[in-house]
Amino acid sequence: MELKDKLVSSFFAYEGNGLDVHSPIHDICSDAIKKFDKKGFPTKKEEAWKYTSLNAVLKQNYNLYPKGDTGLEFKDVMRYFIHEIDSYKIAFVDGRYSSNLSATSHDGLDVCLMSSALSKPKYRIIIENYFNKVANTEDSLTALNTAFLKEGAFINIPKGKVVDKPIQILHFSTGKEPALMLQPRNLIVVGENAHVQIIERHQSLTDNPVLTNSVTEIFANKQAIVDYYKIQNDKQSASLIDNTYISQKRNSHAFVHTFSLGGNLTRNNLNFYHKDEHLDSTLKGITIIGDKQHVDHHTLVNHAYPNCESHQDYKGIFGDRSTGVFNGKVIVEKEAQKTNAFQQNNNILLDDKATINTKPQLEIFADDVKCSHGCTVGQLDEDALFYLRSRGIPAKEAKALLMYAFANNVLESVKIPEVKARINKLIAKKLGVNLGFEL
Amino acid sequence: MLKINNLHAGVEGKEILKGIGIEVNAGEIHAIMGPNGSGKSTLSSVIAGKEEFEVTEGNIVFEGEDLDELSPEERAHKGIFLSFQYPVEIPGVSVTNFMKTAINETRKAQGLEEMPASEMLKKIREKSELLEIDRKFLSRSLNEGFSGGEKKRNEIFQMAMLEPRLAILDETDSGLDIDALRIVANGVNRLRSKDNAVVLITHYQRLLDYIIPDFVHVLLDGKIVKSGGAELAHELEEKGYDWIKQEKVSN
Repeated sequence: MELKDKLVSSFFAYEGNGLDVHSPIHDICSDAIKKFDKKGFPTKKEEAWKYTSLNAVLKQNYNLYPKGDTGLEFKDVMRYFIHEIDSYKIAFVDGRYSSNLSATSHDGLDVCLMSSALSKPKYRIIIENYFNKVANTEDSLTALNTAFLKEGAFINIPKGKVVDKPIQILHFSTGKEPALMLQPRNLIVVGENAHVQIIERHQSLTDNPVLTNSVTEIFANKQAIVDYYKIQNDKQSASLIDNTYISQKRNSHAFVHTFSLGGNLTRNNLNFYHKDEHLDSTLKGITIIGDKQHVDHHTLVNHAYPNCESHQDYKGIFGDRSTGVFNGKVIVEKEAQKTNAFQQNNNILLDDKATINTKPQLEIFADDVKCSHGCTVGQLDEDALFYLRSRGIPAKEAKALLMYAFANNVLESVKIPEVKARINKLIAKKLGVNLGFEL
Repeated sequence: MLKINNLHAGVEGKEILKGIGIEVNAGEIHAIMGPNGSGKSTLSSVIAGKEEFEVTEGNIVFEGEDLDELSPEERAHKGIFLSFQYPVEIPGVSVTNFMKTAINETRKAQGLEEMPASEMLKKIREKSELLEIDRKFLSRSLNEGFSGGEKKRNEIFQMAMLEPRLAILDETDSGLDIDALRIVANGVNRLRSKDNAVVLITHYQRLLDYIIPDFVHVLLDGKIVKSGGAELAHELEEKGYDWIKQEKVSN
């Protein structure tokens, strides 16, 4: 059976499982499966999926409902956490919450589970106000995730709360199933004047195929600061479709850094929606891949109000036969005067067989705006390489230094030093070098 | 130490060096002078092993070994240093970390252990004092936002750290004000010994007031057309390159 049919039929077979069939959430899920059933998985015929084919990934016979406790212990997976710092942790193993890997809280903030937010009356109003409110309900993959709503992280930061330590969200897959599909659903509500830092990672522990179709909704209320880091360094057998939707209110600041260093197929749909004036959005990314890896960044910033800013800076380095896509869409609506929107995408191709398709997509309907975009595709600078080699640094290390220098300004803006150090290490490992100092 | 024999080299089929012969011995300072486009920078790049240039005839022998097959880093490991006319900016890599990498990679290639951190620090302190370099400067990203003078001083600092047997300084004087020129020249003079050699590549005689060469060679259109002592540089300063060109024609 095709994956689509399997998903739709299993939705109806398990309908109501754990959820009250009379609840408004149940209606949302039912509508969502209908939408997915009608649209199906996106194909290359759609403009937004022209360069990313899901065909091969969808051919696996994924288990949708993994069972049982895996007995995974913290020491087995510690290295995937930023364990050097104290943090709140929400960890999932094969889609299920793992209490022994997690450190949740209800003390002055809620760092807990979507399932408990959905079932407990005290969260009903938050769920009603925020759940599925910024996610694009017309998007078939988002609809699919909504239909299978079950588990994920629920983070609720009340007004004025500056969260004392970062929150880490980790999704592990153990390979207990020959092939596994995961659909985590996260909801993050950041109250007025509240600050939060979040680190997210999806990690497969074996070579069994995993497909994750994740949806995260983030609400940054007035003056809120959200600082979000996505670390994507999964196994060759793991594919990720990451759909992130951010809604911003007046004077809020939202930063999303995406580090794509691994995985089979990675598609990032990162969407920002402005709901008021005087706010800013920052989207930055470093992609370094090789082999036959594929990373696709589709960003959207919807400037709907005046006096807002957006800054995008994505660096990509592609080796072997790897392929990259950057599609940066910026919409400046008629009312959004005095918008400043900047977008930069620079790429280095290390091999003749590596490709990048990069496309800025600006739709500007206001007349008093500053928008700029630039994309470059090039090779490593031969003169710079010669300079380093003439100092005794071997070609491989010299190339690594130049690639690091190329990506550096994105790394510079990482605000958690331990995250920066970790990304440094992952990059050095990816480039296969040991330079005797931390890059 | 260095023997260049009938060297012909070029890029993309275009010959730039048309039969150069020079011999440099330990303890000597040579100056290679010439107008723009005479092949000065090509010569320094070819000695350091830049792959874009092709040697079509002749060879370069360093310490008895033909350099032809050696990569730039292998040449560096053997003790050849090139100070660049236009040093490259490397954001995110501090001067200190860059030096550590360069020194330890060289030591690794020579079969030596990494330099202990304390020794490295001591050396960095010593050499930065020699070139009057501020400590803060060393934690800045390599060449990023450096002024022309700072870049050149940093090149000589790297030379001091790497202690090469043969240093080729390509237009090190260009873009330097008089104070920076004095500091750079002083650094080079202090690093001189009977075991190492320096080749200065320059358009003007200015630097040679501070670093007195043992030999001066004039490079014109890819050939050494005249060699002499330090006085040749003064003569060039006075009469310009046209004088040599005319002499060449009448010969």
